[in-house]
Amino acid sequence: MSQHSQVGDQDELNIAKPLYTPIKRRSFFMYAGATAGATALLLAGCSKDDTTGPTPPPVGGTVSLGSGDVGVLNYAYALEQLEAAFYAQVKASTVMGFSPAETAYFAEVASHEAIHRDFFKAAINRDAPGKILQDLTPNFTGIDFTKRLMAAGDVKLGVLDAAKAFEDLGVAAYNGAGKLIKTAAYLVIAGQIVSVEGRHAAYVRDLINPGSFAADDQVDPISGLDKAMAPLDVIKAASGFVMEKLDASMVGM
Amino acid sequence: MDFFKIIDQLGEVDADVLGRFDSRRAVFSSLGTVAKRAALTATPLFLGALFQKAYAGTQSMPVDVLQYALTLELFEQDFYKKVQASTQYMGAAAADKAAIDQIKKHEDSHVKLLSGAITSLYGTPVTGVTFKSSVFATLATFNGGTFATSQLGIAQLLEDTGVRAYKGRAGELLGTDLLTVALQIHSVEARHASHIRTMRGQRAWVNPGDDAAAHPTYTSGVTGPTSTTSPFGYGIPAYTAPSPIENNTVQSNVPITTGLASPYTANDAAAAFDEYLQAAEVLDASRAGGLVGA
Repeated sequence: MSQHSQVGDQDELNIAKPLYTPIKRRSFFMYAGATAGATALLLAGCSKDDTTGPTPPPVGGTVSLGSGDVGVLNYAYALEQLEAAFYAQVKASTVMGFSPAETAYFAEVASHEAIHRDFFKAAINRDAPGKILQDLTPNFTGIDFTKRLMAAGDVKLGVLDAAKAFEDLGVAAYNGAGKLIKTAAYLVIAGQIVSVEGRHAAYVRDLINPGSFAADDQVDPISGLDKAMAPLDVIKAASGFVMEKLDASMVGM
Repeated sequence: MDFFKIIDQLGEVDADVLGRFDSRRAVFSSLGTVAKRAALTATPLFLGALFQKAYAGTQSMPVDVLQYALTLELFEQDFYKKVQASTQYMGAAAADKAAIDQIKKHEDSHVKLLSGAITSLYGTPVTGVTFKSSVFATLATFNGGTFATSQLGIAQLLEDTGVRAYKGRAGELLGTDLLTVALQIHSVEARHASHIRTMRGQRAWVNPGDDAAAHPTYTSGVTGPTSTTSPFGYGIPAYTAPSPIENNTVQSNVPITTGLASPYTANDAAAAFDEYLQAAEVLDASRAGGLVGA
């Protein structure tokens, strides 16, 4: 959708009047396919490639992830910080009902996520000195680290419930952020990490409900596509797990 | 920013913007019902295709990347079709059959989605890519035995290769909505790979203890005779240097084992990142290329 920057010429602005003819818009949506199509188009139009961009909200205990590629890297770093902290705590906990295989699995996943976190820290400090996101303070009060799964009557998530939430969210976050990246090398790294998150997600889903690795609630049964979420939506979903308020409004801009 | 604003901004630099859409109205009427539904579910792709259509010729088309992806999806689709028709599958447990059916459903969807996208970009979708019957006939078991003689072993190879293949060409879609769709397919392939590995008693990620670790899929370089020529009638990028081997422990010039705040084992460092494969490597006779055919 960035084609508008390379076609035509500003002088043609005045003869663009027919653009505003309502009937043209109506006929367009006839092609696009009824109301559902129109709604979907509006939603897609809200993506973050708006060149003018919204101004960041007033700062008040809010941590900005930054803009451009550094913003995307900090965004990934924020999520990896939370995942790494979560799995470190899982590794240090005695989870009721965990099999030896599950304990071994989570120990390895804890290393993968710690590597992702430390890798981003090193890469951001190297490529964008002084712009790295601060260390975040996780808020895991909603997770019971002794429980394998949330049971009826429980108010806190079990370890597997939380792991599933983190991994599925991570996949959707990387999928949605890919197009915001401007440097090919960063896209490659993000791609190398997201599929590992996808492998984790599928495995944890199978532990909870065998065969749900790519169930219809996650992978659209018609298009066969996994979820992709914009940074603002991801940060909103993750906000319950972090003490700081994160501002992702400039990520990728 | 909404859709009208995009149109308005386009109008500022291109007075003929709606004329472009109007003159291409056939695009919409030619979309089949399934393609329409898929397009609406995957709106970014639909929008991306719409604009690419309207501005065909003003920028390079990523059709070749989509054709490549479609080739691999057709190949996987045919493989699972053959599995579903086999006696080995008939004798498999219900849960195992359900998993294969779910995976096959996704490959069907990917074929439809990619074919529709290529058509809407004025391309002619690749067809007729099949898994070689003579090789399939050597897969004696559904699961069990060596990976090379079991259906799930080959499924693991195909899914892991698919994950690496999408990564290898994602850069060519940089900054486009088609990239988002490619990534959304890519992570589904990773979920498939993870589950097939679980069914086989392997770890969910590529690792040295893997029974297929020495297979060319997990190593680097073009080793067979097909080199960089695509047998499918579309261009593939020239093969330059070998892609990283799966036990690689250096990412972005950072040695993961020793270069970070705390030391990590080589196994964890390698498993934390999936590697990419260039198209020429994927289509090489030592990998997917050797399994494609009548």
